[in-house]
Amino acid sequence: MDIHEYQAKQLLAGYGVKIAEGGLAYSPEDAVQRAREISSNVWVVKAQIHSGARGKAGGIKVCKTHEEVSQAAEALLGKRLVTHQTGPAGKVCLRLYVEAGTDIAKELYFSLLVDRAREGIVMVGSAQGGMDIEELAETNPDAIKKIYIEPAVGLQDFQAREMAFALGLDASQIQHAVKTIQGCYRAMRDLDANMLEINPLVVTGHGELIALDAKMGFDDNALFRRQNISELRDKTQEDPREMAAADRGLSYVGLDGDIGCMINGAGLAMATMDMIKLAGGEPANFLDVGGGASAERTEKAFRMVLADKNVKAMLVNIFAGINRCDWIAEGVVQAVKNIDMKVPLIVRLSGTNVEQGRKIIQESGLPIITADTLAEAAEKAVQARNEVVARQQG
Amino acid sequence: MAIFIDKQTRIIVQGFTGKIGTFHAQDMINYGSNVVGGITPGKGGQKHLDRPVFNTVKESVEQAGAEASIIFVPPAYAADSIMEAAEAGIKYCVAITDGIPTQDMMKVKIFLSRFPKQQRMVLTGPNCAGTISPGKSMLGIMPGHIYMPGNVGIVGRSGTLGYEAADQMKALGIGVSTSVGIGGDPINGSSHRDILEKFEQDPETKVVVMIGEIGGPQEVEAGIFAKEHMTKPVVAYIAGLTAPKGRRMGHAGAIISSSGESAAEKVERLQELGVTIAPTPAAMGETVAKVLAKL
Repeated sequence: MDIHEYQAKQLLAGYGVKIAEGGLAYSPEDAVQRAREISSNVWVVKAQIHSGARGKAGGIKVCKTHEEVSQAAEALLGKRLVTHQTGPAGKVCLRLYVEAGTDIAKELYFSLLVDRAREGIVMVGSAQGGMDIEELAETNPDAIKKIYIEPAVGLQDFQAREMAFALGLDASQIQHAVKTIQGCYRAMRDLDANMLEINPLVVTGHGELIALDAKMGFDDNALFRRQNISELRDKTQEDPREMAAADRGLSYVGLDGDIGCMINGAGLAMATMDMIKLAGGEPANFLDVGGGASAERTEKAFRMVLADKNVKAMLVNIFAGINRCDWIAEGVVQAVKNIDMKVPLIVRLSGTNVEQGRKIIQESGLPIITADTLAEAAEKAVQARNEVVARQQG
Repeated sequence: MAIFIDKQTRIIVQGFTGKIGTFHAQDMINYGSNVVGGITPGKGGQKHLDRPVFNTVKESVEQAGAEASIIFVPPAYAADSIMEAAEAGIKYCVAITDGIPTQDMMKVKIFLSRFPKQQRMVLTGPNCAGTISPGKSMLGIMPGHIYMPGNVGIVGRSGTLGYEAADQMKALGIGVSTSVGIGGDPINGSSHRDILEKFEQDPETKVVVMIGEIGGPQEVEAGIFAKEHMTKPVVAYIAGLTAPKGRRMGHAGAIISSSGESAAEKVERLQELGVTIAPTPAAMGETVAKVLAKL
């Protein structure tokens, strides 16, 4: 789960990380009021969306008067911002963070991540802040410092100091840097975060260290024990289809293709999508219906796939383990009958009770295209999709 | 032979009396697995599925000689159960549970690493379908009947995609020595590499199929191990060709978050390392057949 910049900053401030004075606004009037409260003559109005690279998308505006703050707020609120992280649909900005302008002397990069190879947390820093770290990793990998944290004992001060020196900080700033870095680490550990990024971490003209931006992501599997974090969830930033799926216990990811998919198991789902691609098609979605695909669940999954108006054919691929193909076939037949399906449906069943399952599909009298193997299923789905497109064009 | 489990392996079920534990314990018993009891704290002394229930794993080791364990405990308590098994002297543990917090798994891995290697419990999973040595023993939730006994080892992250591979192989008359699910989480008990090492040592296994997916460095690490230390051929398929960057595809670990983690990049690296790639998920069986024919 991701949270907003202002939420991450508030959390981090609680762990001793210094942030600029700021406040939340839902309207231009709020924004001006926040600017009045903040003792500064320069303000930054920042769009709160779940994405980085907001600056390039016009989501961050520096203002010198209250009038400019109001105009910036007017321009940003309700706007969809498109960054390279949001996808073409972008994300809507409904909240603003108004912050005192900071006198920046130096921009640094700092993050904490779960390192899968080392099975622990890794601390990443660079004296070249403000840039995209992936880009920096490619163009100038030597400018990046990585320090692995031993999970049994946690981050040690000497490691924080090593990082602070690698960031190019002065001796007089080291103590404060250690406090900041330790604060970040404690937040990550105590709150079950799986990523924390401060980019940029800035040194001000007065030599102070301030988190100018902050991004945190949390382990979904740990939210059950972090109620204060789950309360920070902002559903307006999530894909409505993915959210609806998650609420129904399904796992859905919307994509740009036009062959809808319903599959059990994440690995088989990815493999089936690969097969569609190799057969010359493009999947419209990833959808894992999980182990216990009841008739009710199957129908919900069908509705979810077909809600995407781009879908021109639908492929069901089920490998029944604990499930039974006859149960699934009944669910599919019921779903097709209840939903007025306008697109061709291809069904491939395999595993437990496959013969009974196929029989139910065949005897239903419904125009369902069946396939015995994964390859055949993908080829038939692409063929059916092409026929639909040809008809629409002819 | 086979790896991890065979007909004699004495198995206990942690989370024995719950609905899911009961269902799968019965299924394992029906398959012929040597289930000697289970653990449900507070229900020690009772009988369940005609087998004894113990309060602690330690009791099951002392009284029933338990050697292997399977975990159906809910995510909030699963890490604790894994560590209890390790401390009690269980040699092999499969964690089925999906949804264990990442930081809990970090703790588990450190806990396990405290033991000298000879005494250290091997953990596979979490978030996996388990392990099966066809015709001998099943320590998992898979449909046992789709696996034919034979000499191809399978290691994979995904349950159903592993079934697909076993099914394709069975259709071609190819059997399995052991199939091991390592699970779809970011931090697993055992990696692809760890399992390849076991298969290399197993005289019954002639070829290994590795079924990987996007995210993490594991498949390439396994490929490096195969090149440097294995005499047996490895066939691989990597799922997720169509997965966009930064989007989680179902499994907690199936996400491309940095370079080298996409399916195309992994395939390229594995090919360089001499691993035979199944070009499509529909060709896993036939690729294994071709490799077997050359032996």
